Amino acid sequence: MHIYLPVAAVTMDGFVLLAIGAAAGLLSGVFGIGGGFLLAPLLILYGVPPAVAVASTANQLVGVSLPGAVTHWRRGQVDLSMALVMLTGGLAGSAFGVSLFTGLRSLGQDALVVELSYAAILGLLGAALLIESLRAVLIRGGPAPRLLHRYKWVHGLPLKLRFHRSKLYISLLVPLGLGFVAGSVSAVLGAGGGLIMVPAMIYLLGMPISVVPGTALFQIVFVSAAVTVLQEVENGTVDLALAMILLVGGTIAAPLGKIIGSKLRATPLRVALAILALAVAVKLVAGMTVSPDGLYTIEALR
Amino acid sequence: MRAGIAGARPLAALLFIFIASLWPSHGYADDQPLLADLSNHDLAISAGGNGASVVLFGVTDGPGDVVIVVRGPERDMVVRRRNRLAGLWVNTGQVAFTGVPSYYAAYSSQKLDDIVPGPVQALHQIGLANLRLDPKLTSLSDDQVADYREALIDAQRQRGLYDDAVGRIAFLGNKLFRAQIDFPAAVPAGTYFIEVLLIRDGNVVTGQTTPLTISQLGLGAKLGKFAAEQPLLYGLIAVLAAAVAGLLAFMPFRGA
Repeated sequence: MHIYLPVAAVTMDGFVLLAIGAAAGLLSGVFGIGGGFLLAPLLILYGVPPAVAVASTANQLVGVSLPGAVTHWRRGQVDLSMALVMLTGGLAGSAFGVSLFTGLRSLGQDALVVELSYAAILGLLGAALLIESLRAVLIRGGPAPRLLHRYKWVHGLPLKLRFHRSKLYISLLVPLGLGFVAGSVSAVLGAGGGLIMVPAMIYLLGMPISVVPGTALFQIVFVSAAVTVLQEVENGTVDLALAMILLVGGTIAAPLGKIIGSKLRATPLRVALAILALAVAVKLVAGMTVSPDGLYTIEALR
Repeated sequence: MRAGIAGARPLAALLFIFIASLWPSHGYADDQPLLADLSNHDLAISAGGNGASVVLFGVTDGPGDVVIVVRGPERDMVVRRRNRLAGLWVNTGQVAFTGVPSYYAAYSSQKLDDIVPGPVQALHQIGLANLRLDPKLTSLSDDQVADYREALIDAQRQRGLYDDAVGRIAFLGNKLFRAQIDFPAAVPAGTYFIEVLLIRDGNVVTGQTTPLTISQLGLGAKLGKFAAEQPLLYGLIAVLAAAVAGLLAFMPFRGA
């Protein structure tokens, strides 16, 4: 099934794209979060131009995150004041990240930065998961004690605000800054904001676990939407057809992932994800070491 | 099959021209040394398909050589050079060219150098060697820019977007000629200009330029056109479409 992607101006196999969307959907289903950070690298490995892969991933992330955000919202698991502060930073970060991406693009370095960043993120994620799984197998102890309010400097900052639902009294600079960083990353890489945001919300801000996914998803919906529009306006790299195919693939696979996630034990699943992340990271770097067919590449400018 | 469809109409048209040229008055060819037309002035190409072609046919008022130059819509293009850095292939240099034709083809009835001297070729930009590509501000030397220019032409040639060849023009007798111009599916939509030059004794006697409108068929191409023309609206629609699709697809499974 050949599909012409008008923005990337390439013809690709629709079934492969569907399968890539399904792979990301399966991961989201199994692990509850993520999948997005594997989507863009898989698309790049398949041959979608990195700029298009990144912007279209942001586009499909709107569709993938929205239902979760709505569900959490209905259950009262979104800290709105926290989400709005983070979103303010997130929108500023999106604008900054897209400008940064545009700058990198005009220098011809966007693909390099995207590929190396993903290789680094996936490499670190894979290594961390692997170490954690090994520790769980070897020690067989309970979960590591969670250190709330570990980062004391966070509480020394000015402009303190009370976040009732999170039961926190902290400087609004922290969620603002966190939102900015996550927004910038989402803009440059298309996804990955959640990967930074969720651990930071738990460990850095000390938010209760119950409101973390909902508040993060709320953020991701709006930041991804902003990134999609900004990327399209500045770089014209959003491929709606590609995003839709990925969404359909994800839709089919996510419920299946949920079933797998509930049936299998956590540790083998984590090891599997670790190996997958490491494999994709290695493949990305390996692809950059292969001698190209020609020394020159050409690209039409808008 | 493609050639068959394209060939049917021009044959009739060619017959018409042939009869017209034999008309007793002879006024037709005496007034105008060169007349040419296309089998089709609107060409629709399906994206990702096999491309399409038009047939150019014409008549001259006597012996002479014919050169055809086809140019697609111009745009800016950037050429990048890769080098190995710490084991990785990285872009290390780039040159942007302005006003690059997205399609270029030059055909001549005989070897170009045998019928037109170099300066005349350069003046009319006949042949890829004479295609004028203007680099934007760059710190690179002329020799280096020439390498980038060469790379651009090579890459376009490999995509079937640039071509120059001898003998694509077929003469019937010494007055009637026809040439088939092939466009790959990758050609951008827009207005193309087909210039026909009549050459005698190393000089361009006369020329005629015919426009050709190329459009892309298919939903994907329409979407691409819309995205290019209305990026903000397209971006908003993309967000809305993803949101609606996500809600429709995922909500039932979440037990909403």
